[in-house]
Amino acid sequence: MGYTFQGYRRPDGKFGSRNLVAVIPSTICVNDVAQAICRQVQGTIGYFHHQGCCQLPSDLHRVTTVLTNLGLSPNVGAALIVSLGCEGTDHQYIYETIKASGKPCEIIHVQELGGTSRGIQAGVDAAQRLVMAISGQQRETADISNLVMAIKCGGSDTTSGMASNCVIGYVADKLVDLGATVVFGETTEFLGGEHILARRAVGGENGPVGQKIYEIVANMEKRAKAIGEDMRGGQPTPGNIAGGLSSIEEKSLGAIVKSGHRPIQGVLEYCDRVADQKGLWIKDAPGREPEILTGMAATGAQVLMFSTGRGAPQGYPSMPVIKICGNPITYERMCHDMDMNAGRIITGEKTIEQVGEEAFEKLLRVLSGEMTKNEALSYFGSVDIFCLGPVI
Amino acid sequence: MGELKLALRVDDLDNVATIFAEGISDGTLVEIRDKRGGADPVRVIGDVPYGHKIAVRDIACGEKIMKYGECIGAADRDIARGEYVHIHNMKALRGRGDL
Repeated sequence: MGYTFQGYRRPDGKFGSRNLVAVIPSTICVNDVAQAICRQVQGTIGYFHHQGCCQLPSDLHRVTTVLTNLGLSPNVGAALIVSLGCEGTDHQYIYETIKASGKPCEIIHVQELGGTSRGIQAGVDAAQRLVMAISGQQRETADISNLVMAIKCGGSDTTSGMASNCVIGYVADKLVDLGATVVFGETTEFLGGEHILARRAVGGENGPVGQKIYEIVANMEKRAKAIGEDMRGGQPTPGNIAGGLSSIEEKSLGAIVKSGHRPIQGVLEYCDRVADQKGLWIKDAPGREPEILTGMAATGAQVLMFSTGRGAPQGYPSMPVIKICGNPITYERMCHDMDMNAGRIITGEKTIEQVGEEAFEKLLRVLSGEMTKNEALSYFGSVDIFCLGPVI
Repeated sequence: MGELKLALRVDDLDNVATIFAEGISDGTLVEIRDKRGGADPVRVIGDVPYGHKIAVRDIACGEKIMKYGECIGAADRDIARGEYVHIHNMKALRGRGDL
């Protein structure tokens, strides 16, 4: 049986689950202008990150690529680039690349326009034009194989690895079998479980993908150890430890359950965008929410399924985030933030397959327009881009 | 007293089991349950918060702690069967820039 969702067809043939105008500041320095535009114009969202100037060239390139790929995301119908004029990112490249994809796209330069108030005025006018240009677009039926779903866990406890991550793993397997794309990351949380992932790589543990998995984990561990401290001060987090997770290894072994059981096709870099890749992929990204959610949205994911035990509330401006809560006590306490109660597996009321099917149906509804709880609450303000070098 | 609370042992190789119940204190009788439904009653040593672990057998200092059939760290002192296992008596072996 074929599964479908109702999505917005983009000029490149991809289908969005949302139809938003993205207001993209090319640097942190214009966040206030971009925020004023978003406050005024309905149907816009902004990425108020903290990068874009006084960084090493490799990081500036990274920020430029990520901002471009956010604009290319199928959930974005049109984009407004807010440039200061003297920033380190290539704002013209961002603008031209998004425009070349066939989407309506405009750019404003705040210094050239004469400062903040004129920048806001020009930006509001441009954003209004863009919103009106895309607001009449209708949803069309799309096969589920058009889906790129990102997955992540956050605010984990010991219920995550035994309930909510199992549910996401069930959905991930089902999507891969239906010809869709699933992307997971959080390289830090492979530590202690990387051998299991490497053995699932296409070509086996000793093939290029298996070896790449070992390499990204070794690099992440090296960066953490280079500071000369016991990582336990930061990973697992104090909340993870209070939730019963005693080591990064225990956290990792529970975390990788969400990737299901299918072969791993390859490793994407943090900035990479999914073109036509299908199946299960890894994105080399750290676990913290603002950075990994940005990486996943830049991948082109139309939705992210998020497992938690302690109760992580945040979403993302242009990507609905479905919260699957593994801890039945947390679900009761935070039911206005949690979309689904996988704690019923812990209490023995439901099986993983039963909650997995419910989560799959929820996924189809969200793709077709149903809001997640964090979307309804506009709980998606914190955005950042994962950079490797220092601010200089 | 109500029904016996369960300590879930995920894999046959595991030497710890997880208790998803509140009010587990020193001396509480719980039942270690494995995948096949095997039941093994044990008295808990220490107060164990919701979702935390106990040892399913005696574990010597330095021995690996196993969960999901995989190593999650090592005991850094002798741990008795039934005893609460957490960061006070086990340590991670990865990400240790301090070693």
